[in-house]
Amino acid sequence: MEPGHGLARNYPAKPKNIYLFATCLVDQFAPGAGMDTIRLLEREGIAVHFPEEQTCCGQPAHTSGYPDEARAVARRQLGLFPEPWPVVVPSGSCAAMMRHEYPKLFADDPALLAQALELSERVFELTEFLVHVAGFRQADLGPACTVALHTSCHARREMGSHETSAALLAGLGRVTVVQQARVEECCGFGGTFAMRHPDISEAIVSDKVASLRESGAERVVSADCGCLFNILGRAAKLDEIAVSPAPTLVGEHIASFLWRRTGGAEQ
Amino acid sequence: MNQPMHFHPADGFAARSRAAVNDAGQRKNFRGAMDFLQAKRRAQFPDADELAGLRELGATIRRYSLAHLPRLLEQLEAKLTANGVQVHWAENADEANAIALGIARRVEARRIVKGKSMVSEEIGFNHAMAAAGIEALESDMGEYIVQLDGEAPSHIIMPEINKTRQQIAELFVDKIPGVTYTEDVDALILIGREQLRRKFAEADIGLSGVNFAVAETGTLCLVENEGNGRMCTTLPRVHIAVTGIEKVVEKLEHVPPLFSLLTRSATGQAVTTYLNLISGPRKPGEKDGPEEVHLILIDNGRSQAYGDELLRATLQCIRCGACMNHCPVYARIGGHAYGTTYPGPIGAIVSPHMLGLDATYPLAFASTLCGACGEVCPVRIPISDILVRLRNEAQARPGSSDASLRGSGAARTKLVSAIWRGWSLIYSRLGLYRLTSWFMSRGRALSPIEQGAWTRSRTPLIPAPKRLRDLIRERKP
Repeated sequence: MEPGHGLARNYPAKPKNIYLFATCLVDQFAPGAGMDTIRLLEREGIAVHFPEEQTCCGQPAHTSGYPDEARAVARRQLGLFPEPWPVVVPSGSCAAMMRHEYPKLFADDPALLAQALELSERVFELTEFLVHVAGFRQADLGPACTVALHTSCHARREMGSHETSAALLAGLGRVTVVQQARVEECCGFGGTFAMRHPDISEAIVSDKVASLRESGAERVVSADCGCLFNILGRAAKLDEIAVSPAPTLVGEHIASFLWRRTGGAEQ
Repeated sequence: MNQPMHFHPADGFAARSRAAVNDAGQRKNFRGAMDFLQAKRRAQFPDADELAGLRELGATIRRYSLAHLPRLLEQLEAKLTANGVQVHWAENADEANAIALGIARRVEARRIVKGKSMVSEEIGFNHAMAAAGIEALESDMGEYIVQLDGEAPSHIIMPEINKTRQQIAELFVDKIPGVTYTEDVDALILIGREQLRRKFAEADIGLSGVNFAVAETGTLCLVENEGNGRMCTTLPRVHIAVTGIEKVVEKLEHVPPLFSLLTRSATGQAVTTYLNLISGPRKPGEKDGPEEVHLILIDNGRSQAYGDELLRATLQCIRCGACMNHCPVYARIGGHAYGTTYPGPIGAIVSPHMLGLDATYPLAFASTLCGACGEVCPVRIPISDILVRLRNEAQARPGSSDASLRGSGAARTKLVSAIWRGWSLIYSRLGLYRLTSWFMSRGRALSPIEQGAWTRSRTPLIPAPKRLRDLIRERKP
């Protein structure tokens, strides 16, 4: 099956308001990507609401085999979006958690399940929302450059948003997208997998760094911070220990890249 | 291997996987093989809609078969018996081997020639026969090579996938008298074939696996490429087939879609060279075929998976190996690191039922949950969901409702449980989250530079000076 095949869904008309679920990684480690997400959406004429009580989607505990702990965290997020507005998530992995895993987590509790199912229908990954709901069409104002797109596994296989990320990049006139070898392969992060199986994780991410460098792209963009931290962190470490470092691999969240390319000032 | 109950194949998984990752030669072999097999499969499924439809059909047939499993097994036994096939039931590996041994002793067999069968690996058939003084010779070329080297298969379809042709050439020179070194693949296959050809005629018993057992007609379907399967099941005077109880389907018409999914997913072939439909022993007046045909139906823990709504999907598997061919972890560590008969994603989800979760839980954690396995699975087994479920089970509090499998709770430790409880507390109480995340940002200069496994391979992860929530608050007028 082609990645994302069979994930087609109905999209609402462009709304006046949305909720932003920024994710814990963006809140703590990449707030710039969060701010650029807000700016991109506001420029489309959409008011962005950030419920202060949000923390984490609960995925770390869920994939580590601690369902009660995951449920406790997920349950807190369930009630944060009372208005029927779309919930936009600048991470394919966290969006997939809320869209597909919440209903499984709350399968045994009818009231929470109903809430999870209702939420599931209006959770959108950022690039998916920009393409299918916001109708994003901004002119590329940046200099010519080449980029490689890395899509997280959950974004690709559960949200199908590798296509929307690619579509947004394709809409930038002076950006050339180059494809790295084994573009569909995991970067080796896998949440706690990177800590539990450091050798295997290192082997996978080293191959990913190599394929990105070999692609000749000037930078890598991704809609998932987890993958970015893993890939760029590995590349930087390799530079530290290399006798003659390869050209530095730079990268950023696709929201920041899009904002800068389409005329947004660096802030 | 037919191991005693206390054998923990997943013990040492970390050490074995580390060694495998650092074996550059083997990494290259596997990477090349995986790229090749992925490309072959991709070429077989150019039409996404056709593939989606066929997968849905395959999954439905397998789910239907499992939903009616008790009835279909009874029907299969009745029909096979009417066809002259003797049906045996084995609860575990020892019972299965004892049944085979009983047959072998009765017919005074000294040599058994085998077609490829992963179930025979699962039950440790060769060792059990050797212990009784009976030679069991593999006749599938890959299995023959692996047996010659005293190894276990490292892949369920291509057992010798870890070896280069140079390694095989050296092995042949070393183990087969009178062989001169050649790296020519055709010449190597010819050498193996000449060795095997004599053995078919000498064998008293032919052993095979079963890909699909058809209940309505009492037919055993055997999929193969080398013709050795047909030799094993027709030339010796006794044929013993071994298979898991889950391999049954109701109708002959259920076989073609599964066959098509199997060959295209496994080796990227539109069809295999042989598809044997075995429906009984030699009848009066027939010139060939075995005098006796036996089927040994083996549970070996499958009932445990069967009894659980989600885990039952594990039994949908048709053993194509596509999950391991697309697994980023399998591609890095190969099959032997898993320590189980079935490696890769399918090994991680099926082995706990055969060997206990206590013996196999590390395999459930040996996945990034990237979902590549589930995406290519021809019968749509939700492998990632099952892996998460096994992780839950492995760490479940003993006696709790989450602990339902043999060996559940074996991975639970007080420390790790306490860490996750603490994590859950912080992320489910806004006040606590606000406080800890504020301290992490403001105290970022104090962030540890050594972050365990993370910084062994990567630069440290340092919090931003201000959290997103701080930046949002600041920009409001």
